[in-house]
Amino acid sequence: MLALSGLRKRFGATVALDGVDLDLAPGEVHALIGENGAGKSTLLNVIAGALAPDAGTMRVNDAPYAPASPLAARHAGVALIHQELSLCPHLTVAENVLMGLEPTRAGWLDRAAMRREAARLLEAFSHPDLAPDRVVGTLPIAARQVVEILRAMAARASIVLMDEPTSSLPREDVLRLFALIRRLKASGVTIVYISHFLEEVREIADRFTVLRDGRSVASGTLTGVTNETLIAHMVGRPVDALFPERAPAPQEDVLVDVVDVVSPPAVRRAAFQLRRGEILGVAGLVGSGRTETIRALMGLEPAESGDVRVHGRRLARTASPATRLGAGLGYLSEDRKGEGLALDMSLADNITCTRYGACSTGGWLRRGAQRDQARRWMEALAVKARSPWQAARTLSGGNQQKVALARLLHQHADVLLLDEPTKGIDIGSKVEIYRAIVDCARRGAGVVMVSSYLPELFGVCHTLAVMSRGRLTPARPIDEWTPESVMEAAIGG
Amino acid sequence: MAAETTAGSRYGRLLVTLAPLIGLLLVIGVFALMSDAPDQYLSVRNLRIVLAQTVIVALGAIGMTMIIVSGGIDLSVGSAIALTGVVTAVLLRDGYGPAAAIAAGVAMGGLVGVLNGLAITMLRVLPFIATLGMLGVARGAAKWLGDQQTVNVPPTWVNELAVTFPTPAWLLVAPGVWLTLVLAIVMTVVLIRTVFGRRVFAIGSNEAAARACGVATDRIKVAIYGLAGLFFGLSGVMQMSRLRQGDPTVAIGTELDVIAAVVIGGGSLAGGEGTIAGAMVGALTMAFLRNGTQQMGWPNYIQEIIIGIIIVLAVAADRVRRARAGV
Repeated sequence: MLALSGLRKRFGATVALDGVDLDLAPGEVHALIGENGAGKSTLLNVIAGALAPDAGTMRVNDAPYAPASPLAARHAGVALIHQELSLCPHLTVAENVLMGLEPTRAGWLDRAAMRREAARLLEAFSHPDLAPDRVVGTLPIAARQVVEILRAMAARASIVLMDEPTSSLPREDVLRLFALIRRLKASGVTIVYISHFLEEVREIADRFTVLRDGRSVASGTLTGVTNETLIAHMVGRPVDALFPERAPAPQEDVLVDVVDVVSPPAVRRAAFQLRRGEILGVAGLVGSGRTETIRALMGLEPAESGDVRVHGRRLARTASPATRLGAGLGYLSEDRKGEGLALDMSLADNITCTRYGACSTGGWLRRGAQRDQARRWMEALAVKARSPWQAARTLSGGNQQKVALARLLHQHADVLLLDEPTKGIDIGSKVEIYRAIVDCARRGAGVVMVSSYLPELFGVCHTLAVMSRGRLTPARPIDEWTPESVMEAAIGG
Repeated sequence: MAAETTAGSRYGRLLVTLAPLIGLLLVIGVFALMSDAPDQYLSVRNLRIVLAQTVIVALGAIGMTMIIVSGGIDLSVGSAIALTGVVTAVLLRDGYGPAAAIAAGVAMGGLVGVLNGLAITMLRVLPFIATLGMLGVARGAAKWLGDQQTVNVPPTWVNELAVTFPTPAWLLVAPGVWLTLVLAIVMTVVLIRTVFGRRVFAIGSNEAAARACGVATDRIKVAIYGLAGLFFGLSGVMQMSRLRQGDPTVAIGTELDVIAAVVIGGGSLAGGEGTIAGAMVGALTMAFLRNGTQQMGWPNYIQEIIIGIIIVLAVAADRVRRARAGV
């Protein structure tokens, strides 16, 4: 169906692909796994015609295949579902799904045919929020991801490339997606599937290929290979344990007291106490109000009622994010590119910006001090970068996330509000971030960690609370929870 | 629950769409109330004056809507109007027929637009910069062509295109007003009902996504600027018609009026939204404001201050409404 051999691609001095071989059969779901920066996305972009390889050959159905553009790839039956949502928010679902393939009559749009075709596709993936005429910008993120998937279906592709299609989907939509994948598979469509979730890969894929440093280093069937083996292939060394030794039990004194915070419409009631040295996990479905809760604590969403005390001092409800930051709160956004980092500014600026005072005199920045402080945190978190002065944009996702966390460390935040701190990043970076979080707790900081990845909550947290439809359950010690009881609390309530 | 949300947001979207019109009626109402002679302000005569005055900005706003919806901007409109007006005038002076002169003026507008489009797509220069450059180039070319002077033209029907009182009288308003109305309707249909039109929105909404779907974004951008240029050329013809001469120094800053019309009408400089009907309402709003302040005998500077404030308030109100409506 699809055969790749010896694919190479370099960008300037960076070798992104360094000899990739892949051989896929019709109706196969093939998992492409590897750390961030291993070349998975580059590979998919080459197959989808967005990038031209420097060397190597591709064949589709035993015919040479060298697409000159994404359009050519689409005509050859290859469709790519992007990792970053690439939809036009102002257009309707139907217009987005059929973009580039609009049914026309002499240059005029055939609106009826468009709606029919979109409705036919929607039927295959029944989703409550989706209707052909809905404007995409008004849809929740998960529904948008579905639109992206339907776009590939619309092209009647025989080879579908999925780049982390589930990274922003709640579990019920993941199940819908898997049902769709199985149906495609049964009709002979070949699927290449990238995901960071090994559990998910096992659920849906038949075979796997591991990419490391741009090379395909291992492949085989998923049955009969352990996660440990896969991870060892990915990082190139055996990983003894993903999670560091748990931080010691929290101290007695309460650091943050959150009393009945209400921030409509997303947050109906959230209350918890955070002690020194405590890591509190917040689980829940996407859209349950987890993100909005910590945004409200940081003053980024208006709170209607409720009290927040830090070190026993009450914060005014309208206190600005700057005031709250001064009170010791530190915030890590789940949207790294949108609001987490200033991508075009240097790592040093990104790390030191919340506490420029430490490296300036009378408003004048001392670049030497700024560099040294940035470098210190970069070393502490093992950020892979050439220099503190390079732009954040030039780093891989995992390293960018470390820089975002380094800012909170530099800030000396007493309370770390972390939203999906390891979302979409490679395992090596995850390990560093877990270690940094546990170290913070060990030094007496309090951590609130929102995550969709249950293993990490169970791996590092002392206590756990679950958000369900805007309400936060009371926090309970982590060993009183099981993954099943967490899911039950997340769905029920 | 789902149906409720849809109905709510549909109502909200309708409000967002109609808001510029409500603003226009508000402006007219306020001036009519303040005026000593409201029947004069609201007279057919005054309406004709306002409409004839609006033609130049309104035609430009049709082209500018397309550009702004696609996420672009064009700062060279004022210069293009001067250049195309001078081209038309030179041809008329040299004895060419009115039709040929108008065609040449409009074509020159298209050429200026295509050059803008090529600079943006082939040289990879941001629209702001590319058209800022063209602002200088086209203005200079107009002065060169006109030998640094106004170009006088023999009397032809071109001079009657944008007059306040048309002949024959049954036209009611100037032929240019009718032309603008027809073109606004045609372009609205083009934007909503053709593949080209949807591509304009797609590029403004998310250019990377459009490209990934196989949309030839560069070609379409050149077409957008070129097509918009034709409208700026037509504006230039109307400008020449009103002055009855080709003036290379005319229309300085008109691009800002044109952009303001689109923005007051609900266009977003971030791309992806905007309607021609809204832009027409925006152009009328500014024309009624100008006319109203003149009728009140207020000095020019008051008028400038008011229009400046209105632009900012219109956009601010739009933001609030959108946030409320969740659209």
